[in-house]
Amino acid sequence: MTDFFAAVGRRSLAIFERLGRGTLFLLQVCARLGFLFARPSLTLAQVWAVGVQSLVIIGVSGAFVGMVLGLQGYNTLVTFGTEESLGVVVAKSLCRELGPVLTALLFAGRAGSALTAEIGLMKATEQIPALEMMGVDPLRRLIVPRYVAGLISMPLLAMIFTAIGVLGGYFCGVGLLGVDEGAFWSQMQLHMALGTDIGNGVVVKSIVFGAVVTWIALFEGFDAVPTSEGVSQATTRTVVNSSLAVLALDFVLTGLMFD
Amino acid sequence: MKITRTMEIGVGFFVSLGLAALLMLALKVANLTSFGNSDGYRVLARFDNIGGLQERSAVKMGGVLIGRVTRIDYDSDSYRAVVEMQIDPRFREIPVDTAASIYTAGLLGEQYVNLDPGGDEEVLAEGSELEITQSAVIMERMLQEFLYSKTVKDENS
Repeated sequence: MTDFFAAVGRRSLAIFERLGRGTLFLLQVCARLGFLFARPSLTLAQVWAVGVQSLVIIGVSGAFVGMVLGLQGYNTLVTFGTEESLGVVVAKSLCRELGPVLTALLFAGRAGSALTAEIGLMKATEQIPALEMMGVDPLRRLIVPRYVAGLISMPLLAMIFTAIGVLGGYFCGVGLLGVDEGAFWSQMQLHMALGTDIGNGVVVKSIVFGAVVTWIALFEGFDAVPTSEGVSQATTRTVVNSSLAVLALDFVLTGLMFD
Repeated sequence: MKITRTMEIGVGFFVSLGLAALLMLALKVANLTSFGNSDGYRVLARFDNIGGLQERSAVKMGGVLIGRVTRIDYDSDSYRAVVEMQIDPRFREIPVDTAASIYTAGLLGEQYVNLDPGGDEEVLAEGSELEITQSAVIMERMLQEFLYSKTVKDENS
């Protein structure tokens, strides 16, 4: 019986310990953000790795999500004879939820796991201690450029995803199913607000998700047990934890932003 | 990682693609261009019942979108709803005795304010009030009246 309570206690203490270390890590990274301006080329290389190389998966997923929304929305709306509202359905759901959330989940799987594996392997092959030996701060040299790259790339990817999704819905609804083109756009423009739907929905949500996913990915890599097994576990934890964090945060943000 | 020219071009392309997407969302989806916040002049109208009218609902004249509802308030002195509308400055010449009524687009559609122009020489300006108004048609009330009249008729016969 005592063993059981001891085990529960150890587990919860371990969770709090990791959370605390993660927060300290984030603060240390934020304190060094100024390094971005000393070596901007490092960030550029990371934007390439994190953002540009995710473009294909984001674009293709966006197009298909938009097209599915167009199909499903049309089938539901046509029973009420209001298929002109298809534009609103597609744009609202993409801008407020699907765009930022799906982009963040894909980003966690595509870029987050790569970041964790890269940093974790650097630790396992003792490149990070080597940097420290040479008097180079690994947080500044390795983590800050990657964190900033994640912060920049995620909102851009979400905007691209949403725009392509709307075009996909347009292609499906107007091109294939014969919804009136004028009604599609005018209904959408009538009901979409720049501040709430585009600003709060796409921009603010994706910045928050980008900050959280990149933080978790980098922390898991930096904190990984320096063995091949440890790195693989850290990569798994990145995908699981950041997906959960994105979904939970999305609920909170939606509650705060839209009433 | 070595920085190559391809990477620089790729990142530049990526950033401009992202900003183009935001621009498309702002202009094409949210329609930033028409009816900005400051343009146009405001007119008021008081209704007994506005039904499902909301802020940002359309204001139409002869079926053409000429403005939007900017504010809805309740006047506790006259017990009526006050609707503030912003009219696009292109539509300057609207007579003061114009009638405002709340219609529904289609059977289940959105409600909007419809303006029927009068014949007065004077035209609407910032802050003027439309005196002739007609409330929204409430489906339940209509049904009630219909059923009531039907019962009365049945009892008489």
